[in-house]
Amino acid sequence: MSMTTNRRRVLRGSAIAAALALTLTACGGTDRADEGSGSGSDGGTAAEGDLSGDLLIWAWDSTVPDVATAFEEANPGVDIEIVNAGTGNDQYTALQNAIQAGSGVPDLAQIEYFAIPQFAIGEGLADIGPMGASDLEDSFTPGPWSSVAINGGVYGLPLDSGPMALFYNEAVFTEHGVEIPTTWDEYLEAARALHAADPNLYITNDTGDAGFTTSMIWQAGGHPYEVDGTNVTVDFDTPEVKQFTDLWQTMIDEELLAPVTSWSDDWNQGLGNGTIATLTIGAWMPTNLENGAPAAEGDWRVAPMPQWEAGADLVTSENGGSALSVTSASQNADLAYAFLEFASVNDGVQIRVDGGAFPATVAELESEDFLNKEFPYFGGQKLNEVLAESAKAVAPGWQYLPYQVYANSIFNDNVGSAYISGTPLSDGIASWQDATIAYGNEQGFTVD
Amino acid sequence: MTTTASTPRPTGTTAGDAAATTPRSAAPRLRSRRAHSVDKPRRNVLLTVLTAIVLLYALVPLAWLVISSSKTQADLLSTFGFAPGSSFALFENIANTLAYNDGIFLRWLANTLLYVVLGAGGATLLAILGGYGLAKFTFPGKKAIFAVVIGAVAVPGTALAVPQFLMFSQMGLTNTPWSVIIPSLISPFGLYLMWTFATQAVPTELMEAARMDGASEARTFAQVALPLLAPGTVTVLLFTTVATWNNYFLPLIMLKDPQWYPLTIGLNAWNAQASTVGGQAIFDLVITGSLLTIIPLIAAFLLLQRYWQSGLTAGSVKE
Amino acid sequence: MTQAVVPVSPAGQTTELKNPRRGDRAKPARAPRSWRGWGFVGPFMLVFALVFIAPIAYSLYISVFRTQLVGGTQFVGLDNYTRAFGDPQFWDGVGRVSLFLVIQVPIMLGIAMLVALAIDSGRLYGKDFFRIAVFMPYAVPAVVAALMWGFMYGPRFGLVGYINDFMGWSIPNPLGPQWILLAIGNIVTWSFVGYNMLIFYSSLRTIPTSLYEAAALDGAKEHHVIRHIKMPAIQGSIAVALIFSIIGSFQLFNEPSILQKLAPNSITTYFTPNLYTYNLSFSGQQYNYAAAVAIIMGVFTMVIAYVVQLRGTRKDA
Repeated sequence: MSMTTNRRRVLRGSAIAAALALTLTACGGTDRADEGSGSGSDGGTAAEGDLSGDLLIWAWDSTVPDVATAFEEANPGVDIEIVNAGTGNDQYTALQNAIQAGSGVPDLAQIEYFAIPQFAIGEGLADIGPMGASDLEDSFTPGPWSSVAINGGVYGLPLDSGPMALFYNEAVFTEHGVEIPTTWDEYLEAARALHAADPNLYITNDTGDAGFTTSMIWQAGGHPYEVDGTNVTVDFDTPEVKQFTDLWQTMIDEELLAPVTSWSDDWNQGLGNGTIATLTIGAWMPTNLENGAPAAEGDWRVAPMPQWEAGADLVTSENGGSALSVTSASQNADLAYAFLEFASVNDGVQIRVDGGAFPATVAELESEDFLNKEFPYFGGQKLNEVLAESAKAVAPGWQYLPYQVYANSIFNDNVGSAYISGTPLSDGIASWQDATIAYGNEQGFTVD
Repeated sequence: MTTTASTPRPTGTTAGDAAATTPRSAAPRLRSRRAHSVDKPRRNVLLTVLTAIVLLYALVPLAWLVISSSKTQADLLSTFGFAPGSSFALFENIANTLAYNDGIFLRWLANTLLYVVLGAGGATLLAILGGYGLAKFTFPGKKAIFAVVIGAVAVPGTALAVPQFLMFSQMGLTNTPWSVIIPSLISPFGLYLMWTFATQAVPTELMEAARMDGASEARTFAQVALPLLAPGTVTVLLFTTVATWNNYFLPLIMLKDPQWYPLTIGLNAWNAQASTVGGQAIFDLVITGSLLTIIPLIAAFLLLQRYWQSGLTAGSVKE
Repeated sequence: MTQAVVPVSPAGQTTELKNPRRGDRAKPARAPRSWRGWGFVGPFMLVFALVFIAPIAYSLYISVFRTQLVGGTQFVGLDNYTRAFGDPQFWDGVGRVSLFLVIQVPIMLGIAMLVALAIDSGRLYGKDFFRIAVFMPYAVPAVVAALMWGFMYGPRFGLVGYINDFMGWSIPNPLGPQWILLAIGNIVTWSFVGYNMLIFYSSLRTIPTSLYEAAALDGAKEHHVIRHIKMPAIQGSIAVALIFSIIGSFQLFNEPSILQKLAPNSITTYFTPNLYTYNLSFSGQQYNYAAAVAIIMGVFTMVIAYVVQLRGTRKDA
């Protein structure tokens, strides 16, 4: 027994030594937020250059590391570590776990707009209003701002925004002699024309997407979610929603939608070879088109989102986009906020725009350089002119649920049947509504 | 009849074991000769063809992987999967995969090796010790042990993940290699395999003899039993290596720092990049990375097949 | 997790082997030895307690509470369990994995058995190559396998689509709701047929030549040999493989999870019980309910596994 134990001890010992050695030689210090309390909590209100400390940021956006580098250069005493802890829901899971465990929480986290209320209610995010954020309302476009300024506080600053626009493959439209639609009625006509001309050609794809559906309802002027603290109303039985479901039901019935799931291999192929003719989607799409559909370079253009009423003022909505938030567990909130301001409204914005992000700041959206930028992939079109207009025209008053992440995750469970087995779309949405209400009540909200 | 015929076989020494198995491979040929024709075994073409269908089934997706690894991303998205691309880009893809993001793929490879060496190695050690204990000793609670082990493994892992995460978090182990290694130390299959193997392969007389000579249990184990358990050890090692190499779910929950990802999680993250807003799709790297991920395992199998074949053989002898 | 195992307990045999001998030896030496076994089994059980027992105990504990986003935690007794028994989504998942089990496992084990018999018969050209090649898919991680098959299943640009275009057939979409279970079954079969084949093959190799010689002398045909010599010999392996596969089927998670992004309308969040508990925990933060569901599934799986094991050992005897 003793010898085996000894041998085992030796084995374990050397294993620990090996692991330690690796840990040390690796990028040191993975758990910044744990260790950072000592030295880092000073500094923050002083002028730039005087700041010092460590920050741990969870962000998947590829432009954030560049901003961090710039910030570090301007403030030599600051050390920032950026970790890509997953995109979207994967990161939210990780963040929830970390917050619940009480350790490993980053100082800053990138959070999409629809998920912010959830983390705010869960008290995972710090209210940065008192730190100066409440003065920044006018710096941002209304859509993103309304998603971070909730419940009387400010829970993050917008990083990018996603006003919806119509991205279309001009070559396809020209080939079939179809006009670019400006209203949803025209859109339906164009869908019919294109599909009739070529059965493999679809005006767009859809297999049920919660984000798309909510954004469309947003544009139509609907407010299905009303949130007041813990009192929540979920109501999809409104004329605006009906307007959307009527149109979309026709599209489904007449098989005008490509049965391809967004972000799949098939989807990229379809965008690249012209069998998916348009995308009504957020303004962040250009980079993804460039990367995912290189074969269609020069064919795509952008136009304003089709409208419900001909001749009226432009009305759009937001689809996607994220903010950067300071976590309540952060030990370096002041420093974190300083970085946040830098990244969100100051020099950081230009850095990110150069990297391909679509900004959320009014200043940027009105700048001449920005508006005049030509995009080679889009045949040299000045996309930002259209997109900036779209950003200004976002319909106001939209709210997300305090548990939108969950609600979106069960969207396909409930609405999916409309796409594959002929259940009416409105029934699917009603079922989604009921499931959402049930969950809310179960979680302690007062929902009706 | 089968009982008495097969038990004496594997309880020889190591040499005996090897001797017992090598002539076996010559035997079937002899067998069929005697059974069917006198001069040569009747190789059946039809049977070969039918089995070849299964073979194709097994290999076709792998063929796709190899072919796709030789394409550029543009080709990947525009050409048919089994057709060659417009240019042969395999080496370029490999180079890109290894270099992307400051060579993080190599880091992931190193992580996976670390987890496998410590995790699978540790699991094999625990399985050997445990299997030996179960096979050669009676002690209180013995019958319950295996029942408990199986019972625990029957509980869906996804629900255990959160308590495991919280526990490891309390101990400060999350986001460290230990959070991956420690759970991989449990291999119920390994335990079972070593149990049956030790039962057959280590004769109690030898152990008794060693004890009579005054050896402690540890020495008896190390010097008498361990050498006899070698084939089973290799088998368990190979299976735990595969399991650890391909470990996906728990590391996904436990690790947040890409610096510590194993290859499976890393590939998953690269794959997710394509569906990210503003992300750069790197399908070609994902596919080439996948190919590079499975090559070491396949190589290990090919090189070590002699050992695990004999290990599995001896281990599954029942009465 | 795909290698969950239940044994055909060899305990019966070992005592038969050991007792007669032990009984002869010095009996007094037995008593101090009675705890020595723990020295060897100890390390395994220690880590096991940490990694499994503790979380399960914790799961049992939280399964009798409920934590809400608003309102904190309360003790709710067996409410979560009652809720699970009345939860149509849970039963949908259970039904599905049971169906999966009943169809996929026999097919996979059947193919594995046939290939093992074929290779063992010595009548194949290149049998070594077959053995290795059929085993290779086992080395492929689930992520990669799902990637590969995801491509193959693509109805527009994947292999299925191509065959449809090329041959003019219309193979139904494997990722559609009617066929998705079969499609997943295919991936699992692909991954594990070689592994199971090897288990059977190894058992076949333990059959002593003397039996075959005797059979040949008696003039037995090949199928007699198979039925009366080979099959009985591998019954133990069959039981083992069956149990691995049953537990694996009930725990089905990896493949549906990865394919969900490709087929969101075919794979619901409650497609399998394991996927359900995952989504309950990580999308819905309903850890308590997820724990209750998991415990129920665990018990259910254990019961089935024991039943199969009992029948398996009875067959051996």
